[in-house]
Amino acid sequence: MNIIVASGKGGTGKTLVAANLAYALSDQKEVLLVDCDVEEPNLHLFFPQGGYELPVTTPVPVFDADRCTGCGRCAEVCRYGAITVLKEPPPLFFEKLCHSCGGCEMSCPEGAIHEEERAIGKIRFSNPRDNIILISGILDEGEVMAPRVIAAAKSYAGGHPTTILDASPGIACPVVEAMQGADYCILVTESTPFGLHDLALAESVTRCLGIPSGVIINRFSEEDDQVTDFCRSKDLPVLMTIPFDREIARIQNTGGLISESMPAYREKFADLFSRVTSAGGFSR
Amino acid sequence: MKVCITSKGPGPDDMMEERFGRAPFFIFFDTEGEEHNAVENPFASGAGGVGPRAAQVLIDNGAKAVVTGNVGGNALGALRAAGISIYFLREPGTVKAAFQQFKDGKLTEAV
Amino acid sequence: MKKIVVISGKGGTGKTIFTASLTDLIPGPIGIADCDVEAANLALLLEHVDVRSRPFSGLEKAGITQDLCVGCGLCKVNCRFDAIECQDGEYTVDPVHCEGCGVCVDICPEKAIVMGPMRDGTIYLSRTSKGLMSHAELCAGSGTSGLLVDQVKKEITGEMGDEKALIADGPPGIGCPTISAVSGMDAAVIVTEPSVSGLHDLERLVRMARGFDIRLFLVINKYDLEPGMSKKVEDYASKEKIPVIGCIPFDPAVVDAVRKGIPPTRQDSPASQAIRSAYDKLAEMMELV
Repeated sequence: MNIIVASGKGGTGKTLVAANLAYALSDQKEVLLVDCDVEEPNLHLFFPQGGYELPVTTPVPVFDADRCTGCGRCAEVCRYGAITVLKEPPPLFFEKLCHSCGGCEMSCPEGAIHEEERAIGKIRFSNPRDNIILISGILDEGEVMAPRVIAAAKSYAGGHPTTILDASPGIACPVVEAMQGADYCILVTESTPFGLHDLALAESVTRCLGIPSGVIINRFSEEDDQVTDFCRSKDLPVLMTIPFDREIARIQNTGGLISESMPAYREKFADLFSRVTSAGGFSR
Repeated sequence: MKVCITSKGPGPDDMMEERFGRAPFFIFFDTEGEEHNAVENPFASGAGGVGPRAAQVLIDNGAKAVVTGNVGGNALGALRAAGISIYFLREPGTVKAAFQQFKDGKLTEAV
Repeated sequence: MKKIVVISGKGGTGKTIFTASLTDLIPGPIGIADCDVEAANLALLLEHVDVRSRPFSGLEKAGITQDLCVGCGLCKVNCRFDAIECQDGEYTVDPVHCEGCGVCVDICPEKAIVMGPMRDGTIYLSRTSKGLMSHAELCAGSGTSGLLVDQVKKEITGEMGDEKALIADGPPGIGCPTISAVSGMDAAVIVTEPSVSGLHDLERLVRMARGFDIRLFLVINKYDLEPGMSKKVEDYASKEKIPVIGCIPFDPAVVDAVRKGIPPTRQDSPASQAIRSAYDKLAEMMELV
């Protein structure tokens, strides 16, 4: 079963849910936890342990100055402005603007361009606890190709029977990349007008992608029923509510796991998995 | 020598544009003569990489210097590699006035 | 005109609430931009009247003209992004995966593929009691290029005349949208929280911001929840020579204000006093009045 934890709004508690769900589940079986928030990966802060890294690369053009005639065809063809043709070959190349489409290499009449791999990030693998394997996608600072690193992280997780993915906040293409192929999406929100507004945005994405979803309301307040009303109106099960609690906040803020320090939560998160599998129509 | 001024409109009486990559027009003046020509910036509303593409327009038009308000990192690299001198002018004014300031040597080259 | 953007690195630290408070305290008229285009929340706290809206198109994407297509499949073979699907012999472009590179357009022997604009979102202009405000909504799955953020800024700056300040609510993260939001601004107020995630993301954000000629200020939100971590954040700020203009205590009155749809500074409370004090420091250091 492949579960993705997502949220329209940042800071609602995605990482808290992903980390604790994985921890509670590790009592029963091996879990693969994948950090797809490649711009700001945080899961490793809750499961600190060195591991090993593999680079994520992307093909970029390399120009042969001797063959280049300065015709400018490559710069014309590049839709990202990554190539500037100067009076003297070779052209100037802006690697961080390159999308690795291969168009320049195909267009060069002199065969002066070939491709080489350039690192844009890395995947870190570790085994921080019994039965938990952590795969973190990390996009190098200044790079823009988040979806490529996310796809790489997911590919290393592919095929494992129990995977939990932590997505980045929002609804743009890195989130869609992470969500694709998931069996179930847990949307994490909070009991505030911001939480409601952004939950609606995120739910429209999961609906569009056809991924069954449920909601966890973090920092839950009985007074605020707008979020629960919204869930009811969209037939979204409220899988769990977590009250605002200073002890929970303290544990989370210092990199701890509430399902480790507070036994009631270990049970709640284990129970969460059962509810997700039955809500998603899967057998355990 | 050809100088480029980033502009909001196609004529020398139009106001100077502060941004380089997303400038709507580039106006090229000749320091030796009276001519000038305006080139509309086709990349002004591009999603990305507008800086280097704007620099390409200047290179293709033979500019040796540019007067503008701000230049982003990639554009800066492209202009420097092409040997185009950069002069910053951040007070509002017409393109004509900016060119006059350049001719009178009132602007300092960016280092 | 002073241009100030509020950013955070990590999401959920209280950026939007702080931005709304700034717009409440600073003397008008001002211009306001909500640059968090994926989750535009500022409008939920500022009473406003819509003025106009327009569609936004980002990257152009490819489309196949079926009448001209002969089904050779060259486009699909050469697409690096798996954006071309073939179903029952019909080739179509999946706009979610298409990156607008144009290779298929160039390679098609029948010239059956053209690039066209994609509706990526909507830009809104509205009027608040302090001045005009621009914000946008991005369509799900669209690319996060800084172009939409740039357009949101342009929408408001195009309408400004002698306003004293532009206040922008920035996006979370450190990528293209944040770069676009920070670009051209005079100062950035970073709102952070005292947690390991918050500090980790703060460090990445500061590294990104150093590439710009911009003054940095720091606000530690809910500082009293984690005094140990707050101290670590303060030590980091001191090392980086970033002035800490405010430490805001955790305060239920803030959520209460959000539920009422107003900035917390409209009600008196410990948090709103701390926000006022942070504003006073910012106003002094940036010579805002």
